[in-house]
Amino acid sequence: MTDSLTIALSKGRIFKETLPLLAHAGVEPLDDPETSRKLILDTNRDDVKLVIIRASDVPTYVQYGAADLGVAGKDVLMEHGGEGVYEPLDLEIARCRLMVAGRRGAGEGGGRLRIATKYVNSTRRHYAAQGQQVEIIKLYGSMELAPLVGLSDLIVDVVDTGNTLRANGLEPLEHIADISSRLIVNRAAMKRKHARVKAFLAQMAEAVQERRGRAA
Amino acid sequence: MVDDNRWLLPEGIEELLPEQAWRLEVLRRELLDLYRTWGYQLVVPPLIEHLDSLLVGTGNDLDLQTFKLIDQLSGRLLGLRADMTPQAARIDAHRLRREAPGRLCYLGTVLHTRPTGFSGSRSLMQAGAELYGHAGPEADVEIMALMLETLALTGVRDVQLDLGHVGIYRGLAQDAGLDADQEAALFDALQRKALPEIEAFLGGLDLSTAQRQRLAALADLNGGVEVLEEARQRLRDGGAAAQRALDNLQDIAGLAARRLGGVSLYFDLAELRGYQYQTGAVFAAFVAGCGEEIARGGRYDDIGQVFGRARPATGFSTDLRQLMQLGERDWPALPGAILAPAEEDEALADEVRRLREAGESVVRQFAGQAGTPAEMGCDRVLRWNGSAWVVEPLS
Repeated sequence: MTDSLTIALSKGRIFKETLPLLAHAGVEPLDDPETSRKLILDTNRDDVKLVIIRASDVPTYVQYGAADLGVAGKDVLMEHGGEGVYEPLDLEIARCRLMVAGRRGAGEGGGRLRIATKYVNSTRRHYAAQGQQVEIIKLYGSMELAPLVGLSDLIVDVVDTGNTLRANGLEPLEHIADISSRLIVNRAAMKRKHARVKAFLAQMAEAVQERRGRAA
Repeated sequence: MVDDNRWLLPEGIEELLPEQAWRLEVLRRELLDLYRTWGYQLVVPPLIEHLDSLLVGTGNDLDLQTFKLIDQLSGRLLGLRADMTPQAARIDAHRLRREAPGRLCYLGTVLHTRPTGFSGSRSLMQAGAELYGHAGPEADVEIMALMLETLALTGVRDVQLDLGHVGIYRGLAQDAGLDADQEAALFDALQRKALPEIEAFLGGLDLSTAQRQRLAALADLNGGVEVLEEARQRLRDGGAAAQRALDNLQDIAGLAARRLGGVSLYFDLAELRGYQYQTGAVFAAFVAGCGEEIARGGRYDDIGQVFGRARPATGFSTDLRQLMQLGERDWPALPGAILAPAEEDEALADEVRRLREAGESVVRQFAGQAGTPAEMGCDRVLRWNGSAWVVEPLS
């Protein structure tokens, strides 16, 4: 029991892009989360389980030790604060950028800006670092709509291709951070299951190297 | 207006019902006895103090954790203690002023403004011990041993001890000439072992390759005792201060391995909990099934300076409420009471007095009262057998 590993993942892009890396470390899930309704997936190894949760919940599961490891986007970690988890490895997957976006020329008039975002903490930090006081409106999705209906002047969101922005007449205005997924580790797991966790980290690091080598 | 939520407690504030409260009291008595047998004297610091003396040398984190209010008498800012360690340090430095090593222990409620840890509690029952006046590894290891005894008493088993030393990072940072802001930024990334960020941050500073490699190596220097040897190699030429800290940690590790009877030791040179006020070896206890440390401590020399006397200090503290939940041990049952009938009888009154003096709990029934004896915690009853009042099992 003590030496089993639980890895927290979110469905979709992160899951898909993590699979080849996990395969390199010898871990393959027996079910596909897109078709299975199971939340805990068995793998080809008895001592490794995957739990499938919402992306923004991954740091919380790992922080409290409900999962030993997890894969979380840097955007989610920045928002969570990263307290109580280690993030030793950049998996270089699910890449995108955290950006300020809006209509062309939006936010240049002076006055206090209203920003719609689900990244409340990151947005506050970004503008505070610029010495600018802004009003933040927390939304849970479809951020692009907010400037169109006059709910906000700008939005802060992750941008991949920028297609959704353009389709809605918005454009990226300011770069906040480059985002990619990190392998995160619970502090106690790192200590108590040290040999297991370090070996797994090394295999994952190797997989990342190899993937980079192929891409280059 | 009827407020239906009047029973609701503030977030993170708990109360204990009789059985739990009894267990906590049992634990409290046993712990204080344990500390006494080790020569640690109990102090009872005040619940509330002037904020500036509560926060001496402790940095920003404790400030944020402390509830504050204004003293109506003096107009000064008061704080509700969020940690009793600085209070014990003040008592040692200002009130006791002993020459010999001082050993103090304490046990009481502390309040936090923000919930910490998995339990989400804001009111902790803090227990701890502090040892003043000796800088050698013997003092560090004595405190670790007492912490492990504390955990064993609460039934927490299979503990892993995590050891680090803030002097190593401080020495390397000094050697690399980092200013306070840079040191804090790197510290933050080190706490998360965020290697990509650490490397990017160090890459942006004007450092030699060796300095950069030494600082980045910290994030990776964790594991069994072999890590100390590895650190000697990788941190070589990192300055005298870092070397001294590493020597000190090695001495402590050696002594701990001998004295702490087979506890599993883990080393992590980037683990810098309490960096703002710790000055030497730091340690924490981890158990299986709990994602966070359950007890922590370390060296904080010279914190007493502001109170008029600087001397070496080390100590540990833990939260008894959390230990009670984690520990597996047998608890003495809440002793059953004896029911005394609602009769005015002198012989009965004498017998009740005699039983109480012998340590029994005796509950007087009221004529016409509601409820059963069991509800009042009684398992026995006093009956008149024709010649005397005798205790009989409740049937």
